Amino acid sequence: MSEQTPGATDSKSTSNEQLLTFIVNGEEYGVDILRVQEIRGWSNPMPIPNTPSYVKGVINIRGDIVPIADLRERLGLAHRDYGATTAVVVLRVMQGARQRIMGVVVDAMSDVTNVPVADIKPPPDFGEAAGAALAKGIATLAEKMVTILDVDRIFLLPSAAVDAAA
Amino acid sequence: MSSDLSSLQAQLMGTFFEESFEGLERLETGLLRLEEGAEPGVIDDIFRAAHSIKGAAGTFGFGGVTEFAHDLETLLDQIRGGARVATGELTALMLEAVDILRRVLQRHRDGGDPALPEVAVVRVRLQASVKATVAGEGTAAPPLPVAPGPSAAPATPAGWVIRFAPHLDLLESGNEPWRLMRELEQLGKFQVEADLTRLPALELLEPTKCYLSWQIRVEGATTRAQVEDVFSWVADDCDLSIAALGDDAPLGDGTALRDGAALGDGAALGDGVAPPREQAAAASAALVTAPARVAPAAEQAARQRRDEGDGALASLRVGVDKIDFLMNMVGELVITQSMLGELDDDGPIDERRLGRLRAGLSQLARNSRALQESVMRLRSMPVGVVFNRFPRLVHDLSRQLGKRVELQVTGQATELDKTILEKLGDPIVHLVRNSLDHGLETAEERRAAGKPEVGTLSLTAAHRGGDIVIEVRDDGRGLDLERILKKARQRCLVGAEQVLSEAETTNLIFAPGFSTAEAVTDLSGRGVGMDVVGRNVKALGGKIVVQSVRGQGTTVSLRLPLTLAIIDGQLVQVGDRPYVVPLLSIVESVQIDPVRVRRLVGQWDVYRLRDQLVPIVDLGRLLGVTTARAATAAGLLMIVESDGQHLGLLVDELEGQQQVVVKSLEANFGRVPGLAGATILGDGNVSFILDIPGLAKLAKQQGGAERMVGPAAAAPPVTPLEATV
Repeated sequence: MSEQTPGATDSKSTSNEQLLTFIVNGEEYGVDILRVQEIRGWSNPMPIPNTPSYVKGVINIRGDIVPIADLRERLGLAHRDYGATTAVVVLRVMQGARQRIMGVVVDAMSDVTNVPVADIKPPPDFGEAAGAALAKGIATLAEKMVTILDVDRIFLLPSAAVDAAA
Repeated sequence: MSSDLSSLQAQLMGTFFEESFEGLERLETGLLRLEEGAEPGVIDDIFRAAHSIKGAAGTFGFGGVTEFAHDLETLLDQIRGGARVATGELTALMLEAVDILRRVLQRHRDGGDPALPEVAVVRVRLQASVKATVAGEGTAAPPLPVAPGPSAAPATPAGWVIRFAPHLDLLESGNEPWRLMRELEQLGKFQVEADLTRLPALELLEPTKCYLSWQIRVEGATTRAQVEDVFSWVADDCDLSIAALGDDAPLGDGTALRDGAALGDGAALGDGVAPPREQAAAASAALVTAPARVAPAAEQAARQRRDEGDGALASLRVGVDKIDFLMNMVGELVITQSMLGELDDDGPIDERRLGRLRAGLSQLARNSRALQESVMRLRSMPVGVVFNRFPRLVHDLSRQLGKRVELQVTGQATELDKTILEKLGDPIVHLVRNSLDHGLETAEERRAAGKPEVGTLSLTAAHRGGDIVIEVRDDGRGLDLERILKKARQRCLVGAEQVLSEAETTNLIFAPGFSTAEAVTDLSGRGVGMDVVGRNVKALGGKIVVQSVRGQGTTVSLRLPLTLAIIDGQLVQVGDRPYVVPLLSIVESVQIDPVRVRRLVGQWDVYRLRDQLVPIVDLGRLLGVTTARAATAAGLLMIVESDGQHLGLLVDELEGQQQVVVKSLEANFGRVPGLAGATILGDGNVSFILDIPGLAKLAKQQGGAERMVGPAAAAPPVTPLEATV
């Protein structure tokens, strides 16, 4: 704690969360940067039979078989064709005691931002709306709002997510 | 205490246990060799093993182990010094001591109560044996133990009441309760009562489980050790209590009487078994062990099972030479990399540089292949790991059966993937037991048949082609084919008029159900668990072949792949995607003749292939892939086998065959029905390896086989993605 930000006296505001932010459907979303393994361009995955449509399939990342989910579809938004800005964020996800590597497809990458923990508010209760359970918090920055996603829940089915929350 | 320190201690303990168990194994092997009259070096080796266990146990404060090992060591020292000769009885005592050390250590490892009642008994015998030498009694073995403790036992009680409650999976390890009974029967007057309370309703009953338990009364001059001997092979698979049976002879005082009654309650001896006068009588010898054993038996068994599971996977010992080789390979790889790196400047690509580039690339290919092989070798272990337990098993079992058997083991150094090796132990135990029990004859029978009195049982492992072949061979009486056939006809496994070849008849022993029920003849015992053995070997992607010559012996060969990590696959195209079908399950592939496609009961599409009707499974539909195929006739039918049943997979195109490396889908995703795993093809794309039995099940769930004529029916149901933990 030797290098405190000038003017910051509250110990809470000295702790920052560093977020990787990206754009989906014009909105900005963020994930804890420590959970990000890498960012890749879109490559055509091998579809997995009999899985929900947001699971696009699996790709080969240096010998690992990694599943890919479309965040638009996961959030209940309409599918959009993948283009030049489409990116895959490869995340380290905890499921139970197990760490898995999974990728999410986003419309475009945005930024890396430091957000003081004090500026992160719990998400408003959207009830059963698709994707509501994915939000971990909302960070309000000077010029924009970033929805922080709970990376561990992106790959859970809504019902399973409810189970996990219960 | 900081957590670092305790984790360090846990680590050290882990090493200690691992090494101690290894030491015990060495002790065991050494003792057996000693009995065969081995060279002098052996005793030194045994002594060292006992000594290091003693020392290490002291370091960790396992006083009981140290003391016990000390007694064993003293005895070994006497043998080493030539003060006495290792007789059979002495070796047996020491082997027993090794068993006890192992169990005590196991308890220490799992945090159980290490105070086993048997410890005291065997220790007393060890000490008595040591003293016997000191007193100059020469090589005489110690007398049978007189149980120490408060109640001095009668040397031999009038009999024993045994409560024998096998665990449900007893039969799977190839043990047969009736065989145990038969042995008990020979010990004296014999009376048995079955307990049916665990028996479930018929529809819930699983024929491979053992639901019965028994109370057995054996009267006669029998020692406890004799009774325990009978159960020695099932001790880990059952809850067992042995209580002495009193007689009218006034052997107990008041204490004994009270204890006897208490024991009667505690061990739940039923009235039906023990007539009142016996029930009230003393059970003093039993006091030493029985009460202590009854309660924790289940707990102990559960723990033991856990040991086997965890212990097997926890760590892998790899020879230093393998690591060195790996280091070497990586070194080579670095050199190759720098050689290629030199070419990476802005200079023109000319003839000379192109040549060096080619050389570098071929070196790189060589390096990576060697690296792959040596990494695979890390996972493999010598078959000896499994074979090592057999000298003891054969030694004990042949003694128990009263047969003279010589065990020959060859090819222990043959290496095999660890996962396969672990799953191979039980099937081989089965086969060896079968050979000992049914294949090999007694000395008299052998003499009568003009064979050497000592039977030979050989265990061989060898590489053949890309496979490993493990053989269990005996020179016993061989399979009685006529009898097998007769039995199979009785069971309606074979039609009365059906004519079978010798090989077909032999294969009947693998038929499920052939082994069950009234398998009372010596021979039909061979069917016990052969079904299970066959299935296990198949599950590992292997084959099992039995060759038998009447009167000359039987050879069972297991042929297994070296690894489960690489399989031979056939690439097929479904829609625009490639899938891999394991080559092992493919029977043939045919071009579809539309005339032969039939609809059965409006539900199933079947294909008439020669005299067979094969259900058709449309892979495209099952996997949710849209295919451009216009008509059924344009497709190919790949006939695959799943659990003995044929199935026709409808695919668009056959492509090449190649070896594929199996990658787990579960690591990052979860189990997907119908897929055995994923693999990466030469172009870097992912493909799926189809799980044929899984597909068959999936097809059945979707309402019989697939409909393929007419408009497409409902879309395949979405199986929820499991939120796997």
